[in-house]
Amino acid sequence: MSSNNRIVVGAFLLVFLLCTLAILSLSIGQVNVHPNMIVPALMGNSGNPIIDQIVTNIRMPRIAMGVVAGAALGIAGVLMQTLFRNPMADAWSLGLTAGGQLGVALAVAAAGFVGPGAISFIQVFNGLSLTLAAGLGVLFSAVGMIALSRKVGTISLLVVGLMLGFAVQGLVSVIIHFANRVGGRVYSGWADGTFASATFDNLLMMLIPISLGVILAVTNSKALTSLLLGENYARSLGTDVVRLQRVTLLAVVLLVAPVTAYCGPITFLGLIVPHLARSISRSAQILTLLPLSALAGAALAVSADLVVHLPWEVHFLHLNAVLGMIGAPVVILLLMFSPVVRRQS
Amino acid sequence: MINLQNLSVGYPGQPEATLKRLVMEISDGQFICLLGRNGAGKSTLLRTLAGLQDPLAGEVWIDRKPIHLMNPVDRASKISVVLTERQFGLGLTVEDVVAMGRQPHTGWSGKLDTADWQYVYSALEQVGASTFAGRYLSDLSDGEKQRVMIARAIAQSPRLMLLDEITAFLDLPGRVAVMMLLKQYAQEHGATVILSSHDLELSMQLADTIWLLDDNGRCFSGTPESLKNSGEIGRVFDTDKVKYSHERGIFQLSAHP
Repeated sequence: MSSNNRIVVGAFLLVFLLCTLAILSLSIGQVNVHPNMIVPALMGNSGNPIIDQIVTNIRMPRIAMGVVAGAALGIAGVLMQTLFRNPMADAWSLGLTAGGQLGVALAVAAAGFVGPGAISFIQVFNGLSLTLAAGLGVLFSAVGMIALSRKVGTISLLVVGLMLGFAVQGLVSVIIHFANRVGGRVYSGWADGTFASATFDNLLMMLIPISLGVILAVTNSKALTSLLLGENYARSLGTDVVRLQRVTLLAVVLLVAPVTAYCGPITFLGLIVPHLARSISRSAQILTLLPLSALAGAALAVSADLVVHLPWEVHFLHLNAVLGMIGAPVVILLLMFSPVVRRQS
Repeated sequence: MINLQNLSVGYPGQPEATLKRLVMEISDGQFICLLGRNGAGKSTLLRTLAGLQDPLAGEVWIDRKPIHLMNPVDRASKISVVLTERQFGLGLTVEDVVAMGRQPHTGWSGKLDTADWQYVYSALEQVGASTFAGRYLSDLSDGEKQRVMIARAIAQSPRLMLLDEITAFLDLPGRVAVMMLLKQYAQEHGATVILSSHDLELSMQLADTIWLLDDNGRCFSGTPESLKNSGEIGRVFDTDKVKYSHERGIFQLSAHP
């Protein structure tokens, strides 16, 4: 099958691209490290302890975080676009990320209100408690958006999701304003996404829920494909649609909540990556879209992060500024030219 | 063999069932056309027969097994449907859609083996859509899409195929072609095909059996000839503006006073 060839070649090229980007990211930055020195630096014997430190403990976790977060958001994007049968759906565009941020803000504010003990508790169990708070927030907004999607069309849902994002940005700054200053500092990703806060411990904590989310996505991929024909056709093919919707929602929460908790809001990535995957595979079969979206999401995240950390004169760029410059034109093109979007609007 | 055992269909909460206590026995290989005025319950009956909606009372049996108690995958391997829905997900190709017909017959991953792909390409050929292969569903016309959906229903290799108002997007030669194809499928595979239609004249010529729904929740079943002769067609469809001409087999406008 020629379509199978496209998928294999596409996946291979994406892996190659991702490796190239990772090597570039390890060597380029405020301090440039020659590519030949990367492996010795990772082993801790480049001859310069500062270089070892930069490559192993700063750049490597940051890149790994980009790979994990990008892959998770790419897969979540495929799930969201299938669940909502909406090419503009993604955790960020439909306000799920905003829900997660609000969850984190409320948890930190509540801890600040209770007292320093609770703050230090949150600091100690940073990852776990923030992920739980984000998870609850993501779940609430996802359930709300599913209810709303039965009443309004594709474009209206997108606008509501984006407005939810703005509202939460505002709410979060109000909450942080009144919350204990220490509390405000517990969580770094209030306004902008970043992979730079990564440590290997954080990564391990993220990988547990994300792996579960990936397993759920893969094992339900056949049923998700049938959902592309609509609920009635899916049921006629033997799919238990209500169960599928719940499981998919759970998978999205497991994929998105840890990324929101550790990296903050990452815009556009989950929205555009599935389209990239579809153009590679020329098929809408979910099982083929999942690995391609994961790879493309990881590559996009690492490349955006590379642009952010180029040796700029003054300071770093914002990750979402870079993603917005790539993502917004894609969304505009989709709005103008995608037959599916035009018909539903 | 398919049996309707005192089947009542409709929506719970409504004062009366749309169709009441239907008793039918359908032998294999039949091409059945379901006729009736708007709102008579054609779609509701088809949805119930497909297992997409529970009956209010009674049962539907395929080979002596009640379909509403079957597990959904077993049911899907026996019953396929073509519906009026036309909003589909993004990036679906013609092959994606027809391959989905094989889902009830594949493993967890949904991967098709060589035999499955043969079903897919033969189904595309049967509906005359082989040339559509490789194209996106969203690039096809409504009529072409409908043919792909029929190919998907055929690829599912069902015992019972249910089609709801599928000829509405097709011109006359297209309708004749599709109905001949379905009739042939029923005969060759010993399957039952039930098609709801507003196209009375064509149905009367091509169906083995007509199911005629009146507005009082009854269903008259018979050969086209017998329903014509008994005058049931006229009783269901005649209004003060239009009358069914029993001799000519067409509708005629009533003469103006």
